[in-house]
This record gives sequence, C-alpha cells and structure tokens, in this order.
Amino acid sequence: MTSPKQALAHPASSVEAAPGSQPGAARGADGRGTPPEGKGPWRSRLYRWDMKASPYVFIAPFFVIFGAFSLVPLLYTAWYSLHDVQLSSLDTQTWAGLDNYKNLLSSDFFWNALKNTFTIGLISTVPQLMAAIGLAHMLNYRLRGSTVWRVVMLTPYATSVAAATLVFTLLYSWDGGMVNWLLDFVGIDPINWRESDWGSQFAVSSIVIWRWTGYNALIYLAAMQAIPADLYESAAIDGANRWQQFLHVTVPQLRPTILFTVVVSTIGATQLFGEPLLFGGVSGSKGGSEHQYQTLGLYMYDQGWIIGNLGKASAIAWSMFLILLIIAAINLLVTRRLRKSQ
Amino acid sequence: MRTTTRRSHRLLALAAVTALTTGVLAGCSSDSDDSDSSGSGNNSGGGKTTLTIGTFGVFGYKQAGLYDEYMKSHPGITIKENVTTRTDVYWPKVLTRLQAGSGTDDIQAIEVGNITEAVQTQGSKFVDLGKDVDKSQWLDWKNAQATTADGKLIGLGTDIGPMAICYRKDLFQKAGLETDRTKLAAQWKGDWNKYVDLGKQYMKKAPSGTKFVDSASSVYNAVLNGESERYYDKSGKVVWDKSNGVKNAWDVAMSVATSNMSAKLKQFDKPWDQGYANASFATVACPAWMIGYIQEKSGEAGKGKWDVAAAPTAGNWGGSFIGVPTAGKHQKEAVELAKWLTAPEQQAKVFAKQASFPSTPSAYSTLKPAAATTEFFSNAPITQIFSDSAKTIPAQVFGVKDQPINTALTDIGILQVEQKGKSPEQGWDAATNEIKDVLGQ
Repeated sequence: MTSPKQALAHPASSVEAAPGSQPGAARGADGRGTPPEGKGPWRSRLYRWDMKASPYVFIAPFFVIFGAFSLVPLLYTAWYSLHDVQLSSLDTQTWAGLDNYKNLLSSDFFWNALKNTFTIGLISTVPQLMAAIGLAHMLNYRLRGSTVWRVVMLTPYATSVAAATLVFTLLYSWDGGMVNWLLDFVGIDPINWRESDWGSQFAVSSIVIWRWTGYNALIYLAAMQAIPADLYESAAIDGANRWQQFLHVTVPQLRPTILFTVVVSTIGATQLFGEPLLFGGVSGSKGGSEHQYQTLGLYMYDQGWIIGNLGKASAIAWSMFLILLIIAAINLLVTRRLRKSQ
Repeated sequence: MRTTTRRSHRLLALAAVTALTTGVLAGCSSDSDDSDSSGSGNNSGGGKTTLTIGTFGVFGYKQAGLYDEYMKSHPGITIKENVTTRTDVYWPKVLTRLQAGSGTDDIQAIEVGNITEAVQTQGSKFVDLGKDVDKSQWLDWKNAQATTADGKLIGLGTDIGPMAICYRKDLFQKAGLETDRTKLAAQWKGDWNKYVDLGKQYMKKAPSGTKFVDSASSVYNAVLNGESERYYDKSGKVVWDKSNGVKNAWDVAMSVATSNMSAKLKQFDKPWDQGYANASFATVACPAWMIGYIQEKSGEAGKGKWDVAAAPTAGNWGGSFIGVPTAGKHQKEAVELAKWLTAPEQQAKVFAKQASFPSTPSAYSTLKPAAATTEFFSNAPITQIFSDSAKTIPAQVFGVKDQPINTALTDIGILQVEQKGKSPEQGWDAATNEIKDVLGQ
C-alpha cells in the first residue's frame, strides 16, 4: 500500500509540474517532477486513484463487516418476515405476504410485549439518567481520590449481564432473598418478585439501572467538565447558590449530552433482552407466567428459537426496527426544536 | 437547499445507527449465555482422527471415563465433547447447523422432547443406524421414537427416565406418615389422587417451613409421563385439548396447586436447588437421572434421609439419543463410537456413575449403583424400583411442538394458578391462548 505521505505529496504535482527535477532522485519523488516518458501518466493516474480511494479503503473493513453481519441479516430478516418459515425446515419457505405482520397486530402477546418494553424502559431509564446527572454533579466537585470513584462507577457496566442478573435473581428470590428479608424488617410481607406484575418489572429495571447509571454518569461528567468555569463564576456573582447553578447553568449546558443519553438509553430499552431472560430462569423467554415482563426482544426470541416460528420472529424484529426509526425521528424533531429555541 | 441535504444526511446517519443496533439483534440472538466451541472433527496431525460429540446437560460419558477407555483401545481416535448446558439453547443451534450442512459435531445428542421433530424434519440429515446395530438391544418404544416413517433409525437410545417418588423419610416421620417404601407405594398405587390425598394429610402436621411437593408442574409432568396419550395422536395431529392424559394430569396438578401443599418452585431453577439443601419439600417425582441431582444438591445433610418408593403409575420422563449427522467428516468412526457408547456394558457404567438408567434391558441384571448413592437413599433397591417401572412404561406418542406445548401448560397455565392465585379455569384459558400462539393458530 502507498504511504499516506505520498498521497499527501501528490496534490502539488497535479496542480503544477515543478520544473528542473533531478533525474536521479529517489523514486518517491518521481511524481513531483515531469514524469518520465511512458511510465508517467499511468503512475500519476495511480496516484490520483490512490488519493481518492485510500480513505474508502481505510474505512472499508467496517463496512464489509457491517454488510456481512448486519446489513445482509437485516435484509434477510425482512425476506423471512414475509414468509412462513419454521426453524426445523429452513429450506421450505412459503410466501405469506404481510400475514406475519397482520398476525402481530392482532396478537395480544405482541401488544403486551410492546407495553412491557415501554414501561420497563420508562422505569429503568428515567431514574437511571436522573441519578446519573446527580452522581456526575457530585463527582464534578474536587474530590479526594476522584479516579477511584470514577472507576467504581464504571464497574457495574463492566460486569457481564449474566453475572449481574444471577446475583439480582438471588437477591429478589421469593423465599430467603435479601430484598424480602429487608422488607420483613419494616413489616412488609414477602413479595413474589418474579411473578407479581409491577414487582417483576421493577426488579428487571433495577438490574438495568444498576448496570448503566455509572456509565451515563461518566458521560455527563465529561460534558460537565467542558462547561466553562466563568459561567459558574458569573452565576455566583449574581448570587446563585449551588442548586440554582446546577439548574440554570449545568443542565442547559448539558442539553445535547442529555439528548444523546436519552436516545442511546431508549434504543437499549427497546432491545432489552438479557436481563429479563435470565431473571426468568427456566423458560425465561416467556417473561413470567402472564408475560408480565416479556419484552419485545424476549417475545422475538421465544417465537424464533423456542417455538421455532422464524417468520413471525423476523416480523417482530422488523417491527422493532421500525419502532426505533420512529423514535429516532421524534428525537430529530425534538433536537431541532431545542436548537431553534436556543 | 443546503439544510435539506444536511437533514437528510442526518436522517440517513440515524437510520444507519438504528440499523446497526437492531441488525445485531436480529442477526443472531441465540448466543446469549452458554455456548460451546463449534466445528466438526478435523484431522490433527499424525493421522489421528478427532471425533467431536455434542451433548447438553450432563451425559456422564466423560465422568464415567468412557472417552478415555475408548481412546485407549482405539489409539487413532481422539474424542472431544462439546457441552451446552441447556437443551433450549442446544437444540436450535443443532437444527440450524444440521440444515446448513456444516458445523455439526460428529455425534449429536438428541433429547426425547426433540426426537420427533428430528425424525419428522431432519431424517435425511442423519445416518441410518438401523443396519449397523442389533436393534433388539433396546426397548422397542425407545427405537420406535427414533425411527422415521420410512424405517430409518436416526438415533441410538442412551438413557431413559423411569420414574419413582423420592421422599424425605425424616419429614414423613415428623408429619406422622408411613415411612416404609413398600407400604407407601401400596398406599398410592395406581392413582395419583391418592398421592395428593397423602399430601393433604402431610400438610396437617407438616414440619414448619416444609411442603409436601416441590411444585404442581412437577406432579403434572409425572402424571402425564405415565399416560399413553399426550399432545399428539398417532397421525401427528395436535389433540392436546381433547387428550385424556392431559386432562388427567391437569386435574391432579390443579388439586396440588390449590391445596397449599406445593413449595411453588420452578424445577431446575436456583431456588429449587436450594430447596433440596434446605429440605423445604418432602417429595419429588424422580426419574432415574434425577437421583444424582438430588444427591448433589441435598449434600451431606440429606444423606440417609432420602428414600425411594415406586410411583403411583409407571412413566418415563426424559432420556436421550445420539445420532450421527451426515454432514460429519468421519461418519464411519462416529457410528462405531456411538454404537460403543450405547452398548449395554457402557450404559451400565454410566448408571454406576450417575444413575442414568439404561435403555437396553439386558443391562438391567448387571446394574449396580454407586455405594454412596445407595447409602444416600437409605439402601433403597433403586435398580429394582426403576427396572420394574421401565418394564411397564406405556409407549408414548410425541409431536413436533411437544416441548413448547408442555411449557405453555406448566410455565403459563399451572404457574398462574399456583403462584398468581388464578382459578384453574383461568389457567387453562391462558394455556390455551399460549398454545394457539405456539401453533400459529
């Protein structure tokens, strides 16, 4: 491959042919002088091509891998979603048109999963982001051993879903779990966390909150440190206390960052899968006996890999994709509205 | 003009981001928790043949030293086992690999719940083993389950799951019940309702913190596994809602679920394991392969306190097959190994290690459980009890969606009644809706 240096050297040659080049100069300098007869035009074309193509070549690996492992499956999933495909007979696909989608729209299970995804998303995202801002605000003060705190914040994020969920499942165990044991002290009867409607959603959300709060806090912290100190100074001169500073300086300055975390968390919440699956234990893909915490991701997995109805599972996958596009569009509108108001 | 292009760019970027994130989800979803190393047998230098065997759970071949033994007598062969813990993760993976014609192991284990699906949809992907073995070694119904409509035998029987009732003698005694295994068996012989009645009696004087049985679902499974009619009829039609077997099992499970005698645990869940350690239930319907599990989970504290009695009706719960996929590179060697692993002598060795019960009757007279097992279960004659059960197991018809239907009944229907206080009718309706969804109706 040509070195970037040569590529950079190239523009000079194409704009003006420098006179008086030395014939015996190094090969790399060839392009700078008048090209030798015959070989020259070809080489300069090569250079031009190199200049144009190199950036694409450099980013190509990503797109090749993206194409092979994301785009092709994505399109193939779309193809599947229009067919009746069973896991046990992948080669016999019968055209079903939009039947799978119609089936979803009239299915209580789908709407239930959508509702659960939404409520769990809400219960997990809102407290998570609020706690993250609060934590970031505290970390933003001059602290003893601030690096230690930051690392500690990131530890839950570095824990695997499986390990975290396993521990939480034990904590929430109906019989002898720590949460119920603590509730017992304040006189509350043991709660069947896995089977109760709101209890199970709360339990699943708490795993998500635990894992992601620190991560978001660090993003907020990074954004907070970019806020110019003189803003705070002038606010202080105007007599604003710390809370007012937080409310009127920090939060407005963080707006783009908050939007970013909201979008990322929303995408994450829409795809919530590992936590509820493992929280459910045996036949966890059902999301509880009344599907009380079956998310769209779980419903898709259950249809595709447990029941073996891949056509319908693909339709669910595409529905999720469309839902995400809608969310993205809403986000875009909100962003623009916010920018205008500023 | 410029703003519109910028906007469309941004939209495009957002679309790309979302496509990327969902694409990952849509593309692959089964590689969540436990996975194995894939790849079929490959020649590793020196002319040695490596055979891979894909299993789930604990097959016991390695534990009983069978691989080592085989490799010693066949110096040209190396055996590698790829274990996936859970069948619901294992089986979808095997299905896709079989159909892709690559990535399968040289020998692939098949659970009884999946054997019908394998027979009906993957028959052509497995080597016909019927010509290579003496079929009369196995129980007839075991062979029948792995035989395709055109007479191909796609899997050799490994273990079967004849059932008994395992019970805690110490708890029975405290509750003032009979503790002798023969007399107990006589008390509930032939009728699971008598077993439930005994449970009611137990609950009147139950030692604090204990229940009679682990879960209503386990009783449901135990009853159903002794019925000749399950979810499908012989022609392969779904008849679950009209099946007498299902109705019978459901009714018994409902009287368990509504009379406060169940510890409300989900089998093979962590709390269920803890239930053994804490002695929180007094009985469990135990197929032979569960013997080792109970022993392990109860630990030292349970030693000599457990006993085994014959179940009200004989039934089979679980058991597996091993088949040789046609995609394998060393089919001849794989068939030899499969034959050897499932031969009566080897099955007896696995029984001696972990009480997985042989599907080959000629092994029954030679069976000897491990001394520790006998001691753990109060010297109960477990070989005798399980062989008696094995001989009277009814031939059962399985169907393609047997497992999801069963899950709908146990983990939706029964669980709602047992843990959410729904009425049996509500539970039945919920299961019905779920099964409609499963069958795509």
